[in-house]
Amino acid sequence: MTVQIQVKNVSKIFGSKPKSAIPLIKKGLSKEEILKKTNHTVGVYDATFDINKGEVFVIMGLSGSGKSTLIRCFNLLNKPTDGSILLDGQDITKCSKDELKKVRQEKIAMVFQHFGLFSHRTILANVEYGLEIRNIPKEKRREIAQQNIETVGLKGYEDKYPDELSGGMQQRVGLARALTNDPDILLMDEPFSALDPLIRREMQLELLDIQERLQKTIIFITHDVNEAFRIGDRVAVMKDGHVEQVGTPEEIIANPANEYISEFIKDIDRSKVFQASHIMTKPNALVSSKDGLNVAIKEMRENGISSVFVVDRSRRLQGIVTIDDAIQGIKEKKSLGDIIRKDITIVNEEEYINDLIPKALESSFPLAVVNEDKKLVGYILRVHVLSGLTSDDVNESEEYVY
Amino acid sequence: MFTALNTLKKERYILLFSAVIMLMISFPDITFEAGKYVDDLVSFLADNLEALFDFIFFVTSRSISGLTDFLMIIPWWLFIIIIFLLGWYFKSIFSGVLYGIFIFLIGSFGLWEEMMITISIILTAVIICLIIGIPLGVAMAFNKWVSMILRPILDAMQTMPSFVYLIPAIFFFGLGNVSAIFATLIYSLPPVIRLTDLAIRGVDKEVVESAQSFGSSRWQTLSKVQLPQALPTIMAGVNQTTMMALAMVVIASMVGASGLGEQVLVSINRIDIALGFEAGISIVFLAIIIDRITNGIAEKVQRRGGNK
Repeated sequence: MTVQIQVKNVSKIFGSKPKSAIPLIKKGLSKEEILKKTNHTVGVYDATFDINKGEVFVIMGLSGSGKSTLIRCFNLLNKPTDGSILLDGQDITKCSKDELKKVRQEKIAMVFQHFGLFSHRTILANVEYGLEIRNIPKEKRREIAQQNIETVGLKGYEDKYPDELSGGMQQRVGLARALTNDPDILLMDEPFSALDPLIRREMQLELLDIQERLQKTIIFITHDVNEAFRIGDRVAVMKDGHVEQVGTPEEIIANPANEYISEFIKDIDRSKVFQASHIMTKPNALVSSKDGLNVAIKEMRENGISSVFVVDRSRRLQGIVTIDDAIQGIKEKKSLGDIIRKDITIVNEEEYINDLIPKALESSFPLAVVNEDKKLVGYILRVHVLSGLTSDDVNESEEYVY
Repeated sequence: MFTALNTLKKERYILLFSAVIMLMISFPDITFEAGKYVDDLVSFLADNLEALFDFIFFVTSRSISGLTDFLMIIPWWLFIIIIFLLGWYFKSIFSGVLYGIFIFLIGSFGLWEEMMITISIILTAVIICLIIGIPLGVAMAFNKWVSMILRPILDAMQTMPSFVYLIPAIFFFGLGNVSAIFATLIYSLPPVIRLTDLAIRGVDKEVVESAQSFGSSRWQTLSKVQLPQALPTIMAGVNQTTMMALAMVVIASMVGASGLGEQVLVSINRIDIALGFEAGISIVFLAIIIDRITNGIAEKVQRRGGNK
């Protein structure tokens, strides 16, 4: 994974003489103290983090936490008062006017909370705007714009005006317009906040879809914890201009850096964040399909368990054998293949707990967790599913033996 | 003894006090003849920038007479049809018919030529207003210094009684239509400047940001986004300016503008109630037509504009 954007000690201060507050920040004074002493507002306070190529990086915080100020630093709509932002190694805070124009035209595009569409232009003219100002010939930009309009599913609306479209559709136009520039980085400033919940959910899924296909680096702003954790590969939590914690959603939930963050994530729906792979237990006993029943019984006895998964040579799941069946089988001189049970529930390691709950209830055996190659990677007991939903450490149930 | 002295002292104080009061009541003998300096400035400009004023005079008078000639070439029925169509397109068919009747009535008063002259004066004034006013408005929106300097000047232009600047107008351009245009400009320029400034600053911040975020240059942002988004409000300014220009036609006639305003002046001099009414109502008709049509244009633009 390569780092695409490096944010180094970025501060943004608003006021008549912003630079004068920088020494105070270096000294470590708080936002309130600086406001009292110098009458300057600190928008972003000494932020440092990296963003990897191709990831969805979510900046989350309540209103006034500086997240919108921070995202505007990435394309210099806000010029950071101090610090540097390296974009593929190039410090954009030191760009000349023309270099900055080039960066904005080719590398980075933005989607806005209230769409920021040009109401005097048709959808097509909106989408091709980025190319128009680069003086790309009309036919060519029409063609590229058309493709992107189709990507976001607005074919047939090219000649409409923004005010003739619903909010969700308008934001699709905003997305298409940003994609038309074919940027490496997509900045999204609370893009779905103005949409109603159903449409928001739909747009989130679609964004992940587009992301999968196009592999852009996306910096996404939101105040909604659930949205942040649903779509973010990594999340930065901001408060009062400070970046409080950066990590994957699971890391943040498992180890919140401070009181504020634990409070923040309290009402998150954990069942939609944690996946099977986070709560499963790695199997310490396995039986190969070529083994005899004796081996199976021995494995179960040694590990004190009442059933064991059967896998083939490449660890692909074949079925399960219970201790009762195995003992019975030995008496009746049956082979492993005869008594193997196939009625187990198999789940993918990327499935969310939310989806596991009904499966765990229905299955009489532990859930078998497989990866993309159908190889067995772990198992989940009902109790794992439940403990995954509480805020205690999810790995505590590991010693549980069945 | 002691008390007597005290009363004497008291009286002295009262005397001194009343003398001071007397001094404070009437303005001291300090004179500053600001008007004289302005007078000197005007003569200085008239003497030294003669070539410039002659050039402005030439261009303006030529465009007014050219416009009048053009309007006079149009047959009367065609002109009425054009007004009808404009009214129909921008308002409704009823308005179109009404405006056509208005124009016909003005013609029937025997004021056809005067009407055409008035229209050309107004058109010329409005076009010059837009050429000067829109860039100034944009400059005001972008630069707070320009705004700080222009604001009081605009206030002065709007509140200074119009007769006051008719005098220097004669100095610069002599009696006639050009002086009238000059006076009209001073009166009707402020709204278009103010509303352009307001309109540009009123464009949604996110819309401007989104234009910038695609790497637009300043000129591209202005011409492709800010001005089109501001257009409805600017059009409201154009409407205001046109109406104020029309309001000036009678006053402008005092420096020799011909047209309907001149007829009003004539009727005052002759105490001719009939002519006064006819010329006056003609101005009202023109005002209604111009106001409704420019308003209609503004509304058409509004539908697609940004400032809602």
